[in-house]
Amino acid sequence: MSAKEKVPAVVANFVDERTGAAKWLKKNLTKVFPDHWSFLLGEIVLYSFIILLATGTFLTFWFDPSAKEVIYNGSYEPLKGLKMSAAYESTLHLSFDVRGGLLMRQIHHWAAIIFMAGMILHMLRVFFTGAFRKPREFNWVIGIGLLTLGIVEGFLGYSLPDDLLSGTGIRITEAIIQAFPVVGSYLAYFVFGGPFPGEAFIPRIYTVHVLLLPGIFLALITAHLMLVWYQKHTQYPGPGRTEKNVVGYPLMPIYMAKAGGFFFVVFGVIALLGAVASINPVWLYGPYTPGQISAGSQPDFYMGWIDGLVRMAPPLETHLWGHTISWNILLPGLIIPGLVFTPMALYPWIESWITGDKREHHLLDRPRNVPNRTAIGAAVMMFFFVALLNGGNDLIATHFHSSINHIMWFARIGIIVLPIITFFVTKRICLSLQRADRDLVLHGRETGRLVRLPHGEFVEIHEPLSKEELWVLTSHEQPGALEIPEVDANGVSRPGRLRAKLRASWSAANAEQIAKPTRNELEDSSHH
Amino acid sequence: MSKELNPIENPGVPEHVHRQTDVDPKAEKRAERQVASLFMLSAISTVGFIYSYIWVDSNVYTFIPILGDMNVQQLLLGICMAGAFLFIGIGAIAWARQLMPDNEVIAHRHEFRSADEDRKEFVETVKTQAAAAGIGRRPLIKRTLGAALGLVGLGPILLLRDLGPLPGKELEKTSWKAGTRLVTDPGDRPIKASDLEVGAVVQTLPEVENPGERSLNDIAKDPVLLIRLRPEDFNLDDERLSWTYEGIIAFSKICSHMGCAVALYEQQTHHLLCPCHQSTFDVTRAAKVIFGPAARPLPQLAITVDSEGYLIAKQPFTEPVGPSFWERDSK
Repeated sequence: MSAKEKVPAVVANFVDERTGAAKWLKKNLTKVFPDHWSFLLGEIVLYSFIILLATGTFLTFWFDPSAKEVIYNGSYEPLKGLKMSAAYESTLHLSFDVRGGLLMRQIHHWAAIIFMAGMILHMLRVFFTGAFRKPREFNWVIGIGLLTLGIVEGFLGYSLPDDLLSGTGIRITEAIIQAFPVVGSYLAYFVFGGPFPGEAFIPRIYTVHVLLLPGIFLALITAHLMLVWYQKHTQYPGPGRTEKNVVGYPLMPIYMAKAGGFFFVVFGVIALLGAVASINPVWLYGPYTPGQISAGSQPDFYMGWIDGLVRMAPPLETHLWGHTISWNILLPGLIIPGLVFTPMALYPWIESWITGDKREHHLLDRPRNVPNRTAIGAAVMMFFFVALLNGGNDLIATHFHSSINHIMWFARIGIIVLPIITFFVTKRICLSLQRADRDLVLHGRETGRLVRLPHGEFVEIHEPLSKEELWVLTSHEQPGALEIPEVDANGVSRPGRLRAKLRASWSAANAEQIAKPTRNELEDSSHH
Repeated sequence: MSKELNPIENPGVPEHVHRQTDVDPKAEKRAERQVASLFMLSAISTVGFIYSYIWVDSNVYTFIPILGDMNVQQLLLGICMAGAFLFIGIGAIAWARQLMPDNEVIAHRHEFRSADEDRKEFVETVKTQAAAAGIGRRPLIKRTLGAALGLVGLGPILLLRDLGPLPGKELEKTSWKAGTRLVTDPGDRPIKASDLEVGAVVQTLPEVENPGERSLNDIAKDPVLLIRLRPEDFNLDDERLSWTYEGIIAFSKICSHMGCAVALYEQQTHHLLCPCHQSTFDVTRAAKVIFGPAARPLPQLAITVDSEGYLIAKQPFTEPVGPSFWERDSK
């Protein structure tokens, strides 16, 4: 053995004699992962998190998280001589007087946006394909936790520079804290170290933004990935794939190259965005002062839907025995987001309660084959979309010369009506797609070739599908509705009847399907 | 679900189809060169990055269509960095796709549920080990431990008490007192009624001895908007009308909804609009809310003039300014 060949053997020996890792590595280096573009969404999120850690660390070397007042004397002419916080001043310094500083700031902000957008898309993929089902409920809940914390982390991040736009966002947050019944003003005074804005807030959120939340992220992401690893990845239905196997490529070398390469691609794309697409140009907004504001104030998109809800809230306050409860803040700022996120987190259990399905699932669903779930997902997306749209109602009004009052009323009504319409439309579309699948299975693919029969009739030639294609279109399950008897064997009505009734009707709605072709039907059709 | 419900049997993993690089040595060589060129492009980008960092002037700006005014150095650094990473990534993926074996592999899954026997033994173990601690037999220990654990969290929570002072009545107060002059913001000049024409809006603050030391905490509560209308445009009750002076009316600029600065005044309609959530207030009717989520009018400041003719506050605000809070007593 040459000296060059000896090195890996010596290293491996050293490590294994101290950890016994060889056995584990032998098995796991060739671990099989299934391939699909939609599985890359979670990877994008992971990689942008790494980019956030790296660029964020760079930013901390210059950023001064302090609300102390200083006079600006840097190289950006328009703000020279102005009073501002040290936080804002050091952000300007980073942007104008540190080589690559602006680039890093912009990469950091773009990475945050891609982190959040990737997380949402990843979650939608998991939802619509049913990947959250047993045994993966833990990972679904961890994901909802990461999404929630991501919103907070992103908000704190863009609040740090203490510019006029972000300061306005903090003011609104202070109002939400202050609106808590009974303890609101106490909470606000504790968070801000006294009256708003004070000097305590910037250093405090800095610690939360760079230490506390990233630490929690790291822990949750680690748990998330370990579960993915241990439980093995789900796979789409296809020839040779079953609930009992994973079909794909080995980690070494394929996925090391592909996933490793993909990290570099994600970094490259975000760096390109940071290079060419200006984001959060804080020098244009000016330093924060509570007496000023800029028109068209917008939060980042992952906060925008809450802002949209706040904008459309009815002007309701309760005045009772010398106390005020601000429903116009509590409803859109706390209650409705809670009412949306809680069922989202519990959804795996809600669905399994409705279907009565307690089995493990490793094969993914095609969204059309689970019309009810797909329709629920689409309805929730519509809810967020209307809220987000209303969050930009002022920009829509100015860009499209429409009345802001009309947009607001559209949103107030639409936020209730449109998700309901979306639910039914999506469900019908799913059923139509199932019908199309059925036709395709029974009659084959249209070829576009017309043939004239001897008696003059024109017909189109249909080409039968391959075995593999047929399998993809027909291998899914079509479970029926649960039968929940309202009375027990003795004819006495059971306790919890209302619950049982609800479950039965949901289960029936859930079971609405276009019957897939049976073996006989398929055989009959192939004789034509 | 049983198999017979499926119209066809699972056909199994499709046979491996050879790629061109598997069968044609020329194609393989070509792919190898492609991957190598991509890695070379990355190296060149890194050289470009170093060049831009050291030799490109950091104060040169240039206009680029669509992108706008760009700092040349930051732009070059970004593009080179993007290239340096992107080409490594694309190269590695091309390598994996074209040259590494692409045979699909099948691995087996096992149910996560442990064997019944293991589960039973686990429960037994928990039971015997718990019995060894004797927690069931020693209720005294159990209860005192429960009490101690229940209380132990109080310490850390109490420690947070000094995060800030108690609000007291502070949220209800501003710096305005009877006789405080209104001064322009910015500028800190006192204002005479004749300085304002009909339709004019001025942002003001209470006069202080040393404007340089005014704190942001005060600016968060004190700003007042002065608006001059024709007196006949007002639609106010007698008390509120007496709070105006020759058609000049004063409102808190801090939105009664969530505390943003209510900055947009529409001269034609006499409406004040908050840019944050579009709450709209009618100036002629004492800032009554006519649209949006705000539930209360903007507090009105009673104004008059002093002996020198400068505008002053007649009295402090009669209600707290800014967003609502639990202790706020609004009738």
